[in-house]
Amino acid sequence: MAASPTVPDIAIIGAGVVGCAMARKFAMEGASVVVLEAGADILSGASKANSAILHTGFDAPPGSLELSCMQAAYDEYLRIRTDLNLPVLETGAMVAAWTAEEEARLPDLLAQAQGNGVTDTRLLSRDETLAREPKLAAHVRGALLVPGEVLIDPWSAPLAYATQAQALGARFHFLAPVTAAHDEGTHWSLETPAGRIAARSVVNCAGLQGDRIEAMLLGAARFEVRPRKGQFVVYDKAAAALLRTILLPVPNDRTKGVVLTRTIFGNLLVGPTAEEQQDRDRPDVTEPELEGLIAKAEELVPGLRGMPVTAVYAGLRPATERKEYRVHAEPARRYYCAGGIRSTGLTGALGIAGHVFALWLGAEPRDLVAPGVVPQPRMPNLAEHLPRDWQAPGHDGIVCHCEMVTRREIEAALDSPLPPGDYGGLRRRTRCAMGRCQGFNCLARLATLSEGRLRAPILPEDAR
Amino acid sequence: MTETCDVAVIGAGPAGLAAATELKRLGIGRVVVFERFGVAGGIPRHCGHPPFGMREFARVLTGPAYARRLVRRAERAGVEIRLNHTVTAIGAGGRLTVASLDGAGEIAAGRVLLATGNRERTRAQRLVPGLRPVGVMNTAALQSFLYEEDRVPFRRPVIFGSELVSLSAVLSCRRHGIRPVALVETGGQVKVPRPFLLMCRALGVPVIEGAQLVSIEGQGRVSGVRLRDAAGRDLQLAADGVIFSGQFTPEATLARASGLALDPGTLGPSIDPVGRSSDPHVFVAGNVLHPVETAGFCWAEGRRVARIIAADLRGPGAAAPARQSIRAGAGIRYVVPQTVTAAGPVRLNIRAEGAAKGHLYLRDAAGRTIACRRVHGHPEKPLRLDVPALDGDALAGALSLTLERET
Repeated sequence: MAASPTVPDIAIIGAGVVGCAMARKFAMEGASVVVLEAGADILSGASKANSAILHTGFDAPPGSLELSCMQAAYDEYLRIRTDLNLPVLETGAMVAAWTAEEEARLPDLLAQAQGNGVTDTRLLSRDETLAREPKLAAHVRGALLVPGEVLIDPWSAPLAYATQAQALGARFHFLAPVTAAHDEGTHWSLETPAGRIAARSVVNCAGLQGDRIEAMLLGAARFEVRPRKGQFVVYDKAAAALLRTILLPVPNDRTKGVVLTRTIFGNLLVGPTAEEQQDRDRPDVTEPELEGLIAKAEELVPGLRGMPVTAVYAGLRPATERKEYRVHAEPARRYYCAGGIRSTGLTGALGIAGHVFALWLGAEPRDLVAPGVVPQPRMPNLAEHLPRDWQAPGHDGIVCHCEMVTRREIEAALDSPLPPGDYGGLRRRTRCAMGRCQGFNCLARLATLSEGRLRAPILPEDAR
Repeated sequence: MTETCDVAVIGAGPAGLAAATELKRLGIGRVVVFERFGVAGGIPRHCGHPPFGMREFARVLTGPAYARRLVRRAERAGVEIRLNHTVTAIGAGGRLTVASLDGAGEIAAGRVLLATGNRERTRAQRLVPGLRPVGVMNTAALQSFLYEEDRVPFRRPVIFGSELVSLSAVLSCRRHGIRPVALVETGGQVKVPRPFLLMCRALGVPVIEGAQLVSIEGQGRVSGVRLRDAAGRDLQLAADGVIFSGQFTPEATLARASGLALDPGTLGPSIDPVGRSSDPHVFVAGNVLHPVETAGFCWAEGRRVARIIAADLRGPGAAAPARQSIRAGAGIRYVVPQTVTAAGPVRLNIRAEGAAKGHLYLRDAAGRTIACRRVHGHPEKPLRLDVPALDGDALAGALSLTLERET
């Protein structure tokens, strides 16, 4: 069966940060795009839990695809962020050494950073470290300063990518997990609960389901997802005064380790843990690990003792049996895979999208007509250091008092071109109920305001 | 020109409204109450059941009726209540930054009364394990669904906690056709007098004591909870909601952000015996000081502090008397006020760690007993200790408060 002219060029499976960036890239280049997302909203899987840092790639493996994607994306993010109103908080990062062994590794880390082109990195003595961060525990021995590591809003960035893609014609289908796939020769036919979707080529951005999608389409997968759970603890906003710089550990072979950092929303977070597990849909929090994170944070910054906790969360990262990104193509099957993006997806997504687009265009050359005018949807600002909606008149009242979220912001999110699909999506778009009371005051109001406007409602059907 | 008032009250709950009303009754000129919500009345406005108002109105009222009466009484007394006004900072000398529907503004107050209340500890603060589905909430959110939004968020929830507010959750549920699966106390011993549990059981809600919460389950919505009972057996309860009741903590964000000294025991502002915070312009009353007391207690406290504020405004009173701090020692979770003075007798408001059976001792730095009292109560029972006016010797160093338990 020949593909009809209306069959889109590309089906992107998965609307995590990588899928959203992918949709944006293909749409901006003039390709027709359809996005299939299993969840009720974008960022329903691995992308919803991260440490919200835009990384320089200073500690990425030299010469790796991961490094080149991160660095290309870092530059692109800073280039596009003004148009899309995406915030940055310039904190810099310090890789702090707490033992003699860690201290001994700092020069190698500096050499790696310099080799990776992050040339503004430098070593700090113990005194310089404490001068920059006086609230650190006294046993700190020194640090590698990485000025270019900055904080971003981990949700408004991918939302901007997706919104821009949609404005350029990309179609998003939610609650649409791919349940079967047929290669029709000239195009793929993808079965979903939302109907059968056709597209000439497929880009697999399915994150935690990446290997299963690959096996479904190709018969076998080249990689195996081994979910790695990361738990986080978010402290009260009062804690943010204790630390300016992102505090990174000296990395070990497996993970980037536990990070202590402010968030762009004015909190302080510690995490993630790194726990291997089989289950792909069980990002549960566990008390001993949360207590371990709190103990670790208090060890590094003693002033955190007794500081109230605002939130805890956990996410699953799509790690695989190998450390590197699992990006590959099967041009003969019109299949492209951005898999195994286990840790640096928020930073690297724009770069991964550029890389996969080039793979596709190289394998399936065609004359694309890029849109003449690129719409630049501006994201609402949720960063604490920039003006917020409640400070401007006419906001119709504050609904969430902990995070100072206004009725106008909530209505705007619900009426936006890519509105939230569930409670989590509403929270990520507005920060409502993300604060210290966790909905004690506003949950009921939010349920009523969003009634009939979410794919997965807050209230059950028989709530009246 | 910056707007001015004599007293700015922050929070229109029982303590704030009682204080504002009393201030007007005492002839204070301009008293403005700032309330961040669109409705005044505080927590009682969504506690749709009795008993409220015995002390204040000599009758038994539901929470919402009680809240309405408090508001009416304040308005009749000439109090200005500003709804949808959030105080975001208390600056030096009583200067407030206030966010409203019109954006941010300032007001200069002669004195400030902080009465921001408290809230229940969240699932996150309790480090509760498991998944994070929709349908997990505190009692206040449940009651807000039922009494303010006219919605029923679930039909078969599990309630955690066994304080008075837990019973309030049970009552609210049963009045709206919700059948709680169980009331679970994970702390071992229930936090209310035993007879209250009979009421629970009479309403068809089983009480499970001494169980551990292993996990909350459910991908989108709550599907149940896993418990480990006192004997170590696993127990699964199917449920479509989870209520975390009680374990109140002060709503002290504004106090913290404004640099007021906080007490590590209550996590609320520290005060002297008349209710003054570490900022001489700022007084404090209500449950932001002591999680948790009844609405009636907070109301009486608000009135008492109002009289102090009125006298203070009319000053120039005597210089503030020398104060000495009270250290919360063995067995004591918190004590309010956190300091004493030579100015006169004071009643200490105390909570013990766990159940309290034994003697409370207040001793001075030299180890002399200043006050002692036998106490016997369930966990969370409010304990009081009357302290006489102190002489200079007793105030020579920090005092210590301990609970010496009977075995």
